[in-house]
Amino acid sequence: MLWEPVRLAVQAIFRNALRSFLTILGVVIGVAAVIAMVTVGQGSKDQVTQDVANLGTNLLVLRPGQPQQGPGSAGGTSAPFDMRDVEAIRSQIASVRAAAPANTRTTTAILGSRNHSTSVIGTDSRYLEARDMPVVLGRPFFESELRAGSAVCLLGQTVLRELFGSGNPLGQSIRLKTISCRVIGVLEEQGVSSFGTDQDDFVLIPIKTFQRRIAGNSDVLMIFVAVREGISTERAKSEIERLMRERRRITLDEEDDFNVFDMKQIASVLTGITGVLTGLLSAVAAVSLLVGGIGIMNIMLVSVTERTREIGIRLAVGAQEGQVMLQFLVEAIVLSLFGGLIGILVGLALGAVGANLLRVPFSPDPAIILIAFGFSAAVGVVFGYFPARRAARMDPIDALRHQ
Amino acid sequence: MPTDPALIRLSGITRIYGTGDAEVRALNGVDMTIRSGEFVAIMGPSGSGKSTAMNVLGCLDTPTQGTYRFMGVEVGGLSRDQRALIRRNYIGFVFQGYNLLARTSAMDNVELPLIYKGLRRAERRARALDALEKVGLSDRAHHDPSELSGGQQQRVAIARAIVDHPAVIMADEPTGNLDTARSREIMELLTRFNVDDGMTIVMVTHDQEMASYAHRLIHFVDGRIARDGDPRKAG
Repeated sequence: MLWEPVRLAVQAIFRNALRSFLTILGVVIGVAAVIAMVTVGQGSKDQVTQDVANLGTNLLVLRPGQPQQGPGSAGGTSAPFDMRDVEAIRSQIASVRAAAPANTRTTTAILGSRNHSTSVIGTDSRYLEARDMPVVLGRPFFESELRAGSAVCLLGQTVLRELFGSGNPLGQSIRLKTISCRVIGVLEEQGVSSFGTDQDDFVLIPIKTFQRRIAGNSDVLMIFVAVREGISTERAKSEIERLMRERRRITLDEEDDFNVFDMKQIASVLTGITGVLTGLLSAVAAVSLLVGGIGIMNIMLVSVTERTREIGIRLAVGAQEGQVMLQFLVEAIVLSLFGGLIGILVGLALGAVGANLLRVPFSPDPAIILIAFGFSAAVGVVFGYFPARRAARMDPIDALRHQ
Repeated sequence: MPTDPALIRLSGITRIYGTGDAEVRALNGVDMTIRSGEFVAIMGPSGSGKSTAMNVLGCLDTPTQGTYRFMGVEVGGLSRDQRALIRRNYIGFVFQGYNLLARTSAMDNVELPLIYKGLRRAERRARALDALEKVGLSDRAHHDPSELSGGQQQRVAIARAIVDHPAVIMADEPTGNLDTARSREIMELLTRFNVDDGMTIVMVTHDQEMASYAHRLIHFVDGRIARDGDPRKAG
């Protein structure tokens, strides 16, 4: 029953192929924009989630300084930590899986004539545990090296590539400032984070080596804490805060002079931002879909006027109001579904290109594709209704007389 | 329906357009009976109401006053859709300007009325081809109107009118755009459908010669019937 009007509609659309294409352009752009936005947005969200998982989902970062200063601020006037704080967290808090110091300094690493500016991180073996970073070549630090403050180092993949190319680094020495460090291992590739930072651009050395030969003190500037599986980071965070307040002798009426930052917060903030951006852009895209719908209505109205005589003929040979109405309505729907279909294909292509440019995964959402398809059908119904009704209600005599 | 021997019975038909000072009485108390199988020509000067009469007869228009019974049914009381059903099932139209769908093949044009009857495509094609055969254009089935001469276009229009074997063909100046030779072909076709298939024909024309193909000639003047009789006797 419905097949016949669809066939007629397709015929009518192809009879005027160029105009039909221009008519649906609005819907094509609208749908393509929505699909591309949502696809890239979803990809970014996936990327953030994946980054946080890479970072360690249960990771807390302690820094000296007021909590309001945020994770980027460097201590200020607050007293730094020391290794005894790290030990205390390890031994006194059961919900902690691993705790490691991390002192960072940007330094030039030199090998022969090659040099590369990188972060030197002074830490210990627990760091690899806390960050889930396996050693893929060589070995981790020995306890004896950590205790003695030996001049040994582990390389991130970027440093390895910059200094050694494809050569074997094990046993060779690189210069970090005044220290000559023997390379004992290489860590697994971490990739680029959604913040755009290279997570493989670092050199790990024992904390004691860092303190003695680079910083010249025994401070610990940052502590990474991995929370045990199945325990909420909120709980571990408050336990650590209580412990540190006690150790730093902060009285009840004083603010914390350190902060414990939960990486999950970054994730939720980033996901939130991504979500808002996606929402905004999708809203803009939806408006263009609306404009596309109005374009269809406009052309359908023109088409109805242009085809007045045709409508007259159809009415004369016995077409009923509903049949004429259905014909034009189906035509509008088929037209905008065509637009939707092309829009989905274009949107997916744009989404793939965008995801590639932003280096996020390409994750098309089948639900949004279905919604876009349904929405373009709805555009056809809503904006086709008025022109179709106008066609159906024409007086056959006037319509036949129309030039 | 079969109780009324007349196919068409008009009594006291008045059709008024506009209101007040702009009021135009296109038809003014017309009585007319047409029996099944008749071939009727309607003539008259322009503005005499003959086109209005055709529209009323073809159930495209409804009278302001009076009663119109088509096969016994009072048309004045029918809805738009019900009148569409009468046109679909009993009336075929032929117009002066052919009124074929542009960029649509002869075949598709002819099968148009059958689409609204809900016939299946295969049957529609068969019947459309059969109708084209009857007007001698089966070899032009896949041509668009723009590829056909005026005479051929009018024959396609006639095929469309007769494709569903209507009770009556309403032809509004069917030869108005054609030369004499083409016009005679059209008239011969109409005569054949009248004689061979028993279709009633009501035709408006300006041309005395074409009117002479009919058995009955009705003259309209000022919205009324002035004369009604055999065309060969009327001067």
